[in-house]
Amino acid sequence: MSASTNAAEKTGDVLVVEDLVVETGGRNPATILGGVSLRVAPGETVCLVGESGSGKSVTSLATMGLLPKGALVARSGRILVEGEDVLTARPARLRQLRATRMSMIFQEPMTALNPVLTIESQLEEVLSAHSQMGAKERRDRIRSILELVKLPDVERMCRSYPHQLSGGQRQRVMIAMALVLEPKLLIADEPTTALDVTTQKEILRLIAEIQERLGTSVLFITHDMGVVADIATRVYVMRHGEIVEEGPIQRILETPQRDYTRDLLASVPALHPREGRAATSREVVLSTSELGMVYRQPSLFRKRQGTVAATDVNLTLTRGRTLGVVGESGSGKSTVARCVMRLIDPTAGSIRLRGEEIVGLSRGALRPMRKRIQMIFQDPNRSLNPRLTVGDSITEGPINYGTAPKAARERAKELLQLVGLPPDAVDRHPHQFSGGQRQRIAIARALAMEPDVLVADEAVSALDVSVQAQVLDLLDEIQTRLGVALLFITHDLRVAAQICDEVVVMQHGRVVEYGPTAEVLGHPREAYTRQLIEAAPGRHWDFPNFRPLAPGGPGSIEAME
Amino acid sequence: MFAYIARRILASVPVMIVVALFVFLLLRLTPGDPAAIIAGDMATPAQLDQIRQSLGLNEPLVTQFVTWSGQLLSGDFGRSLISRTPVLTLIGQRLEPTLSLAIVTMIITLVLSIPMGVLAAWRHGSLTDSAVMAVSVLGFSIPVFVTGYIFIQIFAIDLRIFPVQGFKSISEGLWPFFSRIFLPALTLATIYIALIARMTRAAMLDVLGEDYVRTARAKGLSERVVLFRHALRNAAVPILTVVGTGFALMISGVVVTESVFNIPGLGRLTVDAILARDYPVIQALILLTSGIYVVINLLIDISYAFMDPRIRY
Repeated sequence: MSASTNAAEKTGDVLVVEDLVVETGGRNPATILGGVSLRVAPGETVCLVGESGSGKSVTSLATMGLLPKGALVARSGRILVEGEDVLTARPARLRQLRATRMSMIFQEPMTALNPVLTIESQLEEVLSAHSQMGAKERRDRIRSILELVKLPDVERMCRSYPHQLSGGQRQRVMIAMALVLEPKLLIADEPTTALDVTTQKEILRLIAEIQERLGTSVLFITHDMGVVADIATRVYVMRHGEIVEEGPIQRILETPQRDYTRDLLASVPALHPREGRAATSREVVLSTSELGMVYRQPSLFRKRQGTVAATDVNLTLTRGRTLGVVGESGSGKSTVARCVMRLIDPTAGSIRLRGEEIVGLSRGALRPMRKRIQMIFQDPNRSLNPRLTVGDSITEGPINYGTAPKAARERAKELLQLVGLPPDAVDRHPHQFSGGQRQRIAIARALAMEPDVLVADEAVSALDVSVQAQVLDLLDEIQTRLGVALLFITHDLRVAAQICDEVVVMQHGRVVEYGPTAEVLGHPREAYTRQLIEAAPGRHWDFPNFRPLAPGGPGSIEAME
Repeated sequence: MFAYIARRILASVPVMIVVALFVFLLLRLTPGDPAAIIAGDMATPAQLDQIRQSLGLNEPLVTQFVTWSGQLLSGDFGRSLISRTPVLTLIGQRLEPTLSLAIVTMIITLVLSIPMGVLAAWRHGSLTDSAVMAVSVLGFSIPVFVTGYIFIQIFAIDLRIFPVQGFKSISEGLWPFFSRIFLPALTLATIYIALIARMTRAAMLDVLGEDYVRTARAKGLSERVVLFRHALRNAAVPILTVVGTGFALMISGVVVTESVFNIPGLGRLTVDAILARDYPVIQALILLTSGIYVVINLLIDISYAFMDPRIRY
């Protein structure tokens, strides 16, 4: 492989990374990258895929010379951008190379732009730092690049601050900023991960268009195999700081050589909905009717119009079933979750928990009902109190409801075993566990109250696909054993297709479509549902079976029409 | 924005009324009799009574308060019980030295502390950082009168650069003014430098970890631009808060410095007035300080909106 990169260097690759070793700083250096080699040819889109901690972001930061000072150090190897070694370049030279030869866009367009500077000034400083352009020329250049990334009303955009733009618009601004000086290499570090699927699709298309027009090479870092299948020419698979496998996209998807790549692909949930399960019970545990939520901002002078977060939401969940609520950000799916948890008070409609109305109940009257419904949150790193032991977190609820501490602790051990953790985990703290394990703890904590309903709000969205698959299996198993009903809030159609019996599709606070998963995702009736499915990345590929989805076969768009 | 400012000014009216009432009662309810001080040790009860009568101190508290607030509203802050000079004149004479001291102190503080804080945060964990933190701890822990006398010894007595003490108005020339105000201002500034350098460092450390700072570096901007244009503006809100409250505190906190450097400012006036139980002067001084607090707080809140476009009122 190293021989081939040496040869490639002469053929004019835009980026060549050779045997890059990165270690942590300090006295006991740990190896983060153990000899990574890769190359990107002109005009190519190379995807670097891997799960969290695989070192893909470190590779990209090292290429930009942006490794956090002191914390990470490049020990050996070379990073050649158009033949010039970034690792040995002086700081001033490195600054010159950035934005002119290589640029980077980041995952979070919300935080990657400076909130206190206008869009125009953030673009302009790139030009004034790297070019001799006059004021007029800079002005024109800024406007033309903003038009290139297809932002509407360019003059207004120039004057705007980042918070006045949508997530997609901000990412377009980031792209404009990265490409304004037409660098040869664009490094995109999970640029669409924080975006809705429909926005993601637009941004991916935009990158491809610009790439074609300017001949830019793209190094695209992602964890999403769907995105990889859609955009890559070649793929590098990373794990534990090393390249596991490398090859053209078709080869990687069809005949992965390494077990790890195989597992990674097999874990991608299929977009094709699973077969409906037979209902085991008719008992309705949770239902809402005409549920509505309007956020109002109080004002002294005039009555402000509220923000409608949900209107007319009707749903029914029976014992032992899983109901998915899917939608993009701002669709109202989390509002519904918070209402049924009574974390917020809905402004209209009713919520019945095992037949009992819970809207309007006082704090005290609600207390016995709280046990019946429990929640699992998105980010297990933040939903567990870092100062409490796992045991304390799990037993806190039952003890509050009168269980003897000793009995609660025994139960906690049982629950930990149920979620696949050793019982001695009770004495440890959350930071001693991985993300997936923490989510298992969060599930055990929710189950400790013996609820009838579990509300999972994006409960697997922060997890790597392989871990995600395990947690989904766990939820399935728990449901079969305990008969708990699951209200599953997610933006990810693949996950919804695999776990839900029924789904509710929401948009702008309203239910667009509601029915059995196989119906809604397999034969969507509404245009919006169809749009969501079409935007799902990699929808033409059947990942677990290493083959393309047959046109007209199950799950393909042709089959829907 | 204007609606907000109008609302804030309206809201400060009840604050000032409460302050006025509080000031009035506090002085009336603490022991000590101004008549006794004016009359001297040898006064007879009849003389005392007569003095009280003439000053209106015999009236019921409510009547005294109503009379007093009525006068305040018409801009009459009364006369000093001791010197019989109008209070406003007294304060007016003392305002310039104190304001000069406060403003020069603030300039010295900002010029030194903000670069210090930025530098310490930028070189986090380095020797520079430790040095800045050490200076900051020193600045906090050495009392103002000690620093004052050390500076006098070095700069006035040994090096003979500045006069030892005193005050000259800026109207008497820039150098006479500056040479006298510099040492007291530097003395007073040590504690504020310590405070604001620390605050700047902490705020900058937070901001330097933000994604947009990484973006700025990825754009190939120089470190100076990254630090001052991208990071410092985002760190400005907490720093401004401390600068503002620090400035307001300074107006009432200059007593010691004014004594050490023999500056005839508000601090000295306050001390003298309290020792003499000179009610009208004390009341006016406290009202003035509260007024300054209210105004500075308003200015700080308004300035947030200029620093951070996401803040809208």
